[in-house]
Amino acid sequence: MRPSLTAALALIAALPFAVPATAADGVIRVGSKSFTESYILAEVIAQVIEQVGEARAERRVGLGGTGLTQRALESGAIDVYPEYTGTLARVILKDPALQTVEALRARLAAGGLTISASLGFANTYALAIRAEQAERLGLRTVGDLARHPELRAAFSSGFLERDDGWPGLRARYGLGLARVEVMEHAVTYRAIASGQVDLMDVFSTDGQLERLRLRLLEDDRRFFPDYSAVLLARREMTERFPRTWARLREALEGRLDAARMARLNAMADLDGRSVPEVAAAFLGGGTPEAGSGRGRALLGELAALTADHLLLVLISVGAAVVLGIPMGVIAARYRRAGQVELSVIAMLQTVPALALLMFMIPLFGIGKGPALIALSVYALLPIARNTYAGMMAIEPTLLEIAWVLRLGRLRRLLRVELPLSAIAIMAGIKTAAVTTVGTATLAAFIGGGGYGTLIVRGLALDDTATILAGAAPAAVMALAFHALFELLDRAVIPRGLRS
Amino acid sequence: MIALRDVTKRFGATVALDSVSLDVPPGATHVLLGSSGSGKSTVLRLILGLAAPDEGTVVVDGVVVDAGSRDRLVARMGYVVQDGGLYPHLTSVDNVTLAASAQGWPRARVDARVAELAGMAGLDAATLGRYPRELSGGQRQRVGLMRALMLDPPVLLLDEPLGALDPIVRAELQDQLGTLFAALAKTVVLVTHDIREAARLGRTITLMTAGRVVQQGTFADLVERPAVPFVRQFLTAQTLAVPRAPGS
Repeated sequence: MRPSLTAALALIAALPFAVPATAADGVIRVGSKSFTESYILAEVIAQVIEQVGEARAERRVGLGGTGLTQRALESGAIDVYPEYTGTLARVILKDPALQTVEALRARLAAGGLTISASLGFANTYALAIRAEQAERLGLRTVGDLARHPELRAAFSSGFLERDDGWPGLRARYGLGLARVEVMEHAVTYRAIASGQVDLMDVFSTDGQLERLRLRLLEDDRRFFPDYSAVLLARREMTERFPRTWARLREALEGRLDAARMARLNAMADLDGRSVPEVAAAFLGGGTPEAGSGRGRALLGELAALTADHLLLVLISVGAAVVLGIPMGVIAARYRRAGQVELSVIAMLQTVPALALLMFMIPLFGIGKGPALIALSVYALLPIARNTYAGMMAIEPTLLEIAWVLRLGRLRRLLRVELPLSAIAIMAGIKTAAVTTVGTATLAAFIGGGGYGTLIVRGLALDDTATILAGAAPAAVMALAFHALFELLDRAVIPRGLRS
Repeated sequence: MIALRDVTKRFGATVALDSVSLDVPPGATHVLLGSSGSGKSTVLRLILGLAAPDEGTVVVDGVVVDAGSRDRLVARMGYVVQDGGLYPHLTSVDNVTLAASAQGWPRARVDARVAELAGMAGLDAATLGRYPRELSGGQRQRVGLMRALMLDPPVLLLDEPLGALDPIVRAELQDQLGTLFAALAKTVVLVTHDIREAARLGRTITLMTAGRVVQQGTFADLVERPAVPFVRQFLTAQTLAVPRAPGS
């Protein structure tokens, strides 16, 4: 009963953070998946919302894959994000027969969702070849490949295995290539540029295409499903903020062809421009000059993320202290229930942090709230266990004397047991704080903010510098917490116990 | 005031006390004498209600010590253990005043009582401001005694109170304790393995071994009329270890 009681208490304590999100408060929450194009489109959406001024834009970007982002939308944790028609039909609605935007929109209405018309480009699988080689061999369509079985291909493993990848394509066009290798995209780009490979699978809006002078072979038999980009939104939001929704459609529908999207991707991926800059460049119609003020922008963002990260750590460790110490005390008081309780916490601890964060989504949605709950659960074990260990290590005579002195339970706890356990408890809190600084970087995967935002973005953009910009300050913060606790020890641990 | 009637206490298969009876009249000092493992500390724990007898009864002030009465009865007892049993995280004075503040004594009353006890124990304010680990063994013992006396309980139970002290300090404190017990007119039960301590402090003595009472009486009874040969053995064993009893 005790563990369930404390679990219930944990939930109650955490509730204020888990704001059940609806667009009720003049805010439109913009989500994105975690790859460059999705980031850029989400930022464009956010900037349009801000221009209209009907609602405030809140960015909850880099949520991960389709499942996660979709669940965030359904739970109301986000109101709008960029999606693709092929994904809607195949993954979300699981009905590949849904081909047109109208058909998709009709089907989505039942779930309270709606979509815009196509933004003008599709991000589909495509085969790419060096432009000069295509020119030389007279290759224009996929079908033309049948005349050149000597071409060397390198495909990503996903493309090689999926039915809507190479096996299906090959069957549809009756192709036979002499050499097909498995290679990761990043490597293949280099290989094709240097002429070691002739053919590769790409996404049609890939930023590299133009830079490497690659040409896409036309899928004239329409084998690849259509992955037209659209805005996927909660209808509730579109009805509350009709001006914003109208403006979003006006600004985006049909305004982006594949080449332009590819150029925007290239700006972010290859030129190192920030996503807000790229989005502004698109909306302003122009292309702002490269590089200016990027360092300063990053510094400003870093300051905001530091505050954010600090908040995550302080609140979650604070909650873990408030819950963990009583749980440790209960465990020490009621041995059997205590063992159950500590086992449950230990079990929660064995759930990988990322998985725990994912479990939070159906329960609490995305954002700071669920991240704080998960982080608190993680910080609980060292604090509860150390409190328990500290209490159990107290010499029995000292407890008997407390009874003989008739201190009463509360006074005994506050004046004798907790002070005598102070060293162990502080060590537990220190462990919790330092590890939470690290674990909190995962919060960004569910839109919880903090340094992890940079790590997630860096991973998506394949940009080591950005990853480090998130990881290094986290390490510094962990060290700072360690030092802080050395000082705090002096204040909290009674002088008589210090050596 | 304190009486044990045929008390037996077992810990698992071990018999800690085997049908022990004893009487301590009000205001008297009774010494439980024996080597370690003789069961003498267990007697104190039974009187305090920290443990319950398996057979027989323990009576304090005419009331049988049990789960229902022990919380009330313990208010009448002060308890001193070896090396003071002080809380290391509290200063000496905080150790001493802990029980009084739990009882909600006003500040002035607490201060007055501390001053009175400090005079009695011969400790100055500076010493009382220190943490236990900053004190000598003798000082710790005095602080422990002050703490036990703070609420002025009629019964004082001491478990090897001087056990951790070196012989000279020990002898000095034994004298002071004797004077103190006489002045305060407390009912005292003192546990020791030291014959000289028993001789000096005990009006009556219970000599124990292996959980049984060997002989009860005055020190003179034990020396002059040993009930069994063990009594003589026990008494001479320590005299051999300490050839010349200092201060006697």
